[in-house]
Amino acid sequence: MTNHWVDLRNTDCALIIGSNAAENHPMAFKWLTEAREKRGAKIISVDPRFTRTSARADIYAPMRSGTDVAFIGGLINYVIQNNLYFHDYVVNYTNAAYIIDDGYEFKDGLFSGYDPEQRKYDQKTWAYKTDPADPDKKPLKDPTLQNPRCVFQLLKKHFERYDVDTVCKITGTPKDVYLKVAETFAATGKPDKSGTICYAMGTCQHSNASQNIRAYSILQLLLGNMGIPGGGINALRGESNVQGSTDMGLLSHLLTAYLNAPTNDAAYKDLAGYIKKETPKWGFKTNTPKWIISMLKAWYGDAATKENDYCYQYLPKRDAKRNFTHIGLFEAMYEGKIKGVLIFGANPVVGGPNANKEAKALENLDWMVAVDLWETETSTFWSREAGADPSKIKTEVFFLPACSSYEKQGTVSNSGRWIQFRWKAVDPLGESRSDLEILYELGKRIKEAYAGSTDPKDKPLLDMTWDYPEEEEKLLDEVQREINGYDLTTKKLLPKFADLKDDGTTSCGVWIYCGMYTEEGNKTQKRDNKDTTGIGQYPNWAFAWPVNRRIIYNRCSADLSGNPWSEAKKVIWWDPTKGDPAKGEKGKWVGLDVPDFIATVAPSDPDGSKPFIMHPDGVGGLFAKMADGPFPEHYEPWESPVQNILSSIQFDPAAKIWQSPMNEQGTPDKYPIIGTTYRVVEHWQAGAMTRNLPWLAELMPNVFVEMSEELAKEKGIQNGDIVTVESARGKVTAVACVTKRFKPFNINGKIVHEIGILWHYGYKGVAVGDPANRLTPHIGDANSNTPEYKAWLCDVYKGVK
Amino acid sequence: MAKGYLVDTTKCIGCRGCVVACKNWNQLPAEPTGFKGTYQTVADFSGNTFTYIGFNEYEENGQLKWYFTKRQCMHCLDPACMKVCPQKAISIVDGAVVRDYGKCAGCQYCASACPFHVPRYNTKINKETKCSMCAERVAEGMLPACVKACVTGALQFGERDELLAIAKERVNALKAEYPNARVYGENDAGGTSVLYVLADVPSKYGLPENPQVSALTTAWQKYVKPYGPWLIALTAAGSILSFFSTRLLKVGQRAHEEESLHG
Repeated sequence: MTNHWVDLRNTDCALIIGSNAAENHPMAFKWLTEAREKRGAKIISVDPRFTRTSARADIYAPMRSGTDVAFIGGLINYVIQNNLYFHDYVVNYTNAAYIIDDGYEFKDGLFSGYDPEQRKYDQKTWAYKTDPADPDKKPLKDPTLQNPRCVFQLLKKHFERYDVDTVCKITGTPKDVYLKVAETFAATGKPDKSGTICYAMGTCQHSNASQNIRAYSILQLLLGNMGIPGGGINALRGESNVQGSTDMGLLSHLLTAYLNAPTNDAAYKDLAGYIKKETPKWGFKTNTPKWIISMLKAWYGDAATKENDYCYQYLPKRDAKRNFTHIGLFEAMYEGKIKGVLIFGANPVVGGPNANKEAKALENLDWMVAVDLWETETSTFWSREAGADPSKIKTEVFFLPACSSYEKQGTVSNSGRWIQFRWKAVDPLGESRSDLEILYELGKRIKEAYAGSTDPKDKPLLDMTWDYPEEEEKLLDEVQREINGYDLTTKKLLPKFADLKDDGTTSCGVWIYCGMYTEEGNKTQKRDNKDTTGIGQYPNWAFAWPVNRRIIYNRCSADLSGNPWSEAKKVIWWDPTKGDPAKGEKGKWVGLDVPDFIATVAPSDPDGSKPFIMHPDGVGGLFAKMADGPFPEHYEPWESPVQNILSSIQFDPAAKIWQSPMNEQGTPDKYPIIGTTYRVVEHWQAGAMTRNLPWLAELMPNVFVEMSEELAKEKGIQNGDIVTVESARGKVTAVACVTKRFKPFNINGKIVHEIGILWHYGYKGVAVGDPANRLTPHIGDANSNTPEYKAWLCDVYKGVK
Repeated sequence: MAKGYLVDTTKCIGCRGCVVACKNWNQLPAEPTGFKGTYQTVADFSGNTFTYIGFNEYEENGQLKWYFTKRQCMHCLDPACMKVCPQKAISIVDGAVVRDYGKCAGCQYCASACPFHVPRYNTKINKETKCSMCAERVAEGMLPACVKACVTGALQFGERDELLAIAKERVNALKAEYPNARVYGENDAGGTSVLYVLADVPSKYGLPENPQVSALTTAWQKYVKPYGPWLIALTAAGSILSFFSTRLLKVGQRAHEEESLHG
């Protein structure tokens, strides 16, 4: 979230798309309900079916799964065509005025530079035009926004094709409803109004998912909704600590705190190369050398010296041509290229895409270690219960019992980036241990196993700092301190990341977390619930990264002279009386949050009005380099019952396709119905915890599939019947929930049916059922490779065949 | 002044956190259910279910409505159950209609009298059970478990008078958009401590439009109950008599049959 949960109460309009917040993030509705009651905020729910969220919305707009770019693209067009954008904000705080390279073009669904062989773009022409005579190569700009090659005009032209009629033919949204959505959300483009976009897995799990979010960014920048209370782009994270795990470098292409992991590309051959490649010329990211060197000091301690590049060479150099994302790893397992796997609290046999294939892939391992509360479908993938034949499976499986979150202490980082400490409620049962203890023991024993080795390839293990205290409480405390970082000269905890150095005298595990645990104490444990800001920032409750900032990009809340655009939406402002003249300061940024700006850089200073300090341009990117284009473009999902009417390019030209066994593509003649998956509030994640709780199993006992009355009639299905849902990958049985809340879509004159099925069931626990992910494919988003869980083709029929 | 609940259905997201909190606090076991085509998997009250959420979907003029209704004992101001209880097991404590399980004989008269069909028989303890407004929590200054668990503010707890004022204000605000909006429980069934803010007519929420205490109950109250303890004693005596008479008769009959067999 660029903003945070409590801040939802400040919104004038919440566009909930790709999210069923009432179901999966009920707490969101604590604040949205308040916004609605106290400030008359409007709630818009965009979803293929009418959900518990829709029930509490002012407007419900049905939208066919997989058409988000078309839906939002239409809103972008509406805002531009009707002059509803926040003009001064757009001109000054985005790259709208920047002129684009002459070579850039967009034609029939493809951007310039496409290589169909590689399914990849050469992005050379997606660049700003510069004056060849300018040695600094500063981008050319047209603040009047009239130049046909400026970003604004190109954006306008690109989205002109997304007129309301065309959009509704793609999304299946009734036109009057769509116009109501457009009018309501576009009304937040005024300085004293704000609109928020809340999204979740319904946005992320598509082959063009990253572009869905890019579309939100463009819309929010046009409306001036970034950096203000009640605004922003708010990812409602799917699990209580997903934010924390990505912060910690969970993803295959990242080190900690979103530092890119080096690859085997020659540019990364040494630390100087890494720094050159990763450090921009302008902006806050010019501090990258401090962050990477301090991280290496945290990892390798005294062994990391200037002479040895701070042990940079110990970092694995990922093969840039191979794929290490979730699907990539399971494909490699299926091919027998991976020997062993450690699975911590994950349940891919239920939650993984193409679950039949993922279960099969586990059979090709030599060993698997499952760390979980109890046996799950994944840790017992080899059993007869799973339908497997144990005598034919060679995988040796180890099970390590883990504590639940109530049996251990530690922090979780919520969607709003608040790092919150949680204290242990009860002692762990039996031999169960916290994940941290398990990892600590593992590290310790691996180091012991390699002790005394003189083989250079073992050096990274031997030099890795692992001198933590044994006792759990102290172990956790030390890990938190290491994440925060030290001044290695004084051995004191660092107060903030601005104090990090690139000379090896500071250490910091995760630079964005620096400041969470200082000499003043562990700030994640702060629990002062007094709001000193009046807008619900609660600055003394826990610690928000970065530097306890609650609303990111808050420099945008003030105009070019440093005054709030409006009293209603103020966050920070420039106060000329607050500077220290002795230090030559002209004033200071002050207000209701930690400024997302250098506190003493005046609005009149050369870069005083470049609010996006993490971007090399300092402005928001309406035009930005992504794997599949600088602007979002609508393409159909990998499996779709209709043709793309916007261009001849049916499918995202850069999305990742795995052409492999057990991953057949279904065609609309055999599988005419769109399938999507979702969860219910009564169950959590893949359900291993909640399906074992009788009170929750009582409330949601079986897997069900929701369908319209029209489809049910066509198929001779009665409400409550047992039905089979079949895709090209597999089939599952479920109970039919025939409902008015799902309606057939009219897609360009053709009636298209969609069904939705719960994905979080398995054969273990009190509430059991088939995992719906047996139906979903191994197809990945072009930028992140996130699986396309949310739009695929299937058929449904009565009974079990 | 007495306590009450306010259920604002326009704020409820149907998450059923209240339902689980109730089972948890009261340590009521889960019962076997199955998904039968509606989210309302728990269809009704039972001896182990004091509260549930009703799910009702409608389509009117192309507009979809999905109403979530938290159901529990209405805690009537003049409770029919209390009137009919021959054991005087039911009383009102600060707005809560509570029962003394020590006195309850399990006669189930209260269940028949209730205009909302709330009390249900628990076969384990052989008593009629229902929501107590978490009287034991409230006595300790805590909120009822369901209210504590509610994330959206759909459930509020406090002085009934104050809640009624809030409810009326809320309904006024809703009227423009929802002409059928109303407060339920102000005078319904003689007034209840559980008040609802409804955006539509009660029947669409599964609530009785015009909850009535049956004439029989009133008659019972007037004519029978004053002699209740006598009646119980008489009934008990009758039962004992009947037990002995049947037993004796049966024994006599069996003896007769045996004679016939041997004859």
